[in-house]
Amino acid sequence: MSDAIAISQVRKVYAGANPVTALEGIDLTIADGEFAALLGPSGCGKSTLLNMLAGFESVTAGGLKVYDAAVTQPGPDRAVVFQEAALFPWLNVWDNVVFGPQVQGKPAEAYEAKARETLKLVGLENFTKHLPVQLSGGMKQRVGIARVLVMEPKLLLMDEPFGALDAQTRLTMQQLLLDVWQALKKTVVFVTHDIDEAILLADTIYVMSARPGRIASRIPVELPRPRNLDTLTDASFNAMKKRIMHEMRSDPH
Amino acid sequence: MSQSLGIAPGRGARAGLAIALPALFIVSWEVLGRMNLLVDGLIPTPTSVLQAWWVWIAGTGGLSLNPYSGTWAANVWYSLERVGQGYLLAIVLGVPLGVLIGWSRLAARMVDPSIQWLRPIPITAWLPFSIALFGIKDFGAIFLITLGAFYPIVVNTTQGARDVDKNLVRAARMMGAGSGALLRRVILPAALPSVFTGLRIGLGIAWTAVIVAEMVAVKSGLGYVLWDAYYVGRMDVVIADMISIGLMGYVSDRLVVLVENRVLTWRRLQSH
Repeated sequence: MSDAIAISQVRKVYAGANPVTALEGIDLTIADGEFAALLGPSGCGKSTLLNMLAGFESVTAGGLKVYDAAVTQPGPDRAVVFQEAALFPWLNVWDNVVFGPQVQGKPAEAYEAKARETLKLVGLENFTKHLPVQLSGGMKQRVGIARVLVMEPKLLLMDEPFGALDAQTRLTMQQLLLDVWQALKKTVVFVTHDIDEAILLADTIYVMSARPGRIASRIPVELPRPRNLDTLTDASFNAMKKRIMHEMRSDPH
Repeated sequence: MSQSLGIAPGRGARAGLAIALPALFIVSWEVLGRMNLLVDGLIPTPTSVLQAWWVWIAGTGGLSLNPYSGTWAANVWYSLERVGQGYLLAIVLGVPLGVLIGWSRLAARMVDPSIQWLRPIPITAWLPFSIALFGIKDFGAIFLITLGAFYPIVVNTTQGARDVDKNLVRAARMMGAGSGALLRRVILPAALPSVFTGLRIGLGIAWTAVIVAEMVAVKSGLGYVLWDAYYVGRMDVVIADMISIGLMGYVSDRLVVLVENRVLTWRRLQSH
């Protein structure tokens, strides 16, 4: 299996009167098709790391490659799902979903069937004419997921996509993401500060510590797939959670 | 309920309240006028204004020595045409330039200072320069209108383009949008609410500019008639002209609002 992401000795410093080292000595290898979670407290640089993979922010030092190519700018091969969905408020659901293929200059027949299929996958086939403002938080995030799936990216970068949702909706969305991932098996980097979410979704959890942001430990999640919300109450799930919480407490910081 | 009396008036009652003051004003004006109490009859009564207006619109039929007979529509049209041309030119120049200044730091550093230096010169101060440059011709008026409307349009568009949500830009670039698509499909629509603010302010200035320009620099239009009628002592026509200008300004502003409501449906729903 080839590597999807290869990060070696990456450093990120925000220049200024008081330079801030956001990330230090990051080494990370994520395999093709792996679901990786970056877990850590706020300020540990997990979103910065994701933004660098997306090409939104530059690397201060070190190497950062996605599918053997150095990242220099954002692109549709590295799709991003934002925390607040970041949909275009003037476009309806359909136009938001086909925005990517359209600006890439693809002809309508190349993406329309795919867009319809994707909207069905996220359960929004009857909401194509709705504007984002007419949707709930969970539905907005479904659009946020659909509009990147339609581009068939090699890598999905998700920045606390369910962090702003209420507990009930978050569970529904986690189940949806499990189903989608089960069907598509894409490489995912998922940023979260929720231990349960990380265990439920990921193959591997990278626990990060703050100031400067480092990767403290790598924990493989050996729970069987396909998983669903029942996994959350499994004995093996709780054992896993106990281990991670211990790991995070023993963090020297 | 913002009613201090605790009574919610109906639509009719509200319209009645709005009309009470103007009605009182017009009635007293008429009465005082008929009693010859208004500056020795220099200020005409509402009824004589209406009469003069009617003749100005419809003419008297047959030969007439009244130079304003039946010329209302033509003069309204001259002014409208100039405002339309100057305003459109201001939009065509101001909106793209504002998007560019708001988006590109280079464009902002290059162009924005010049705009800020020129902006404090009132359009009225440009009048002699404009006449010297273009003569007593249409383009002198259009130049002033464009200049006057340009500033609020470009400044508000710049503001709107500058304030675009960073994540929307990131999302567009992530989906493969190049600079052109980004400007047209993200920055411009995101800036549209500000653009329309600029368009409405600009339209008001455009009407000010056309009246000033026509009073001095051209020989037709509502501004020209306004000054000409004053000169020959036709205060009834002056007042009819003033009301006509106000009416045109009001109607054109409503048109812009109509377009705005259509284009910015997403925005209207958002504020609920």
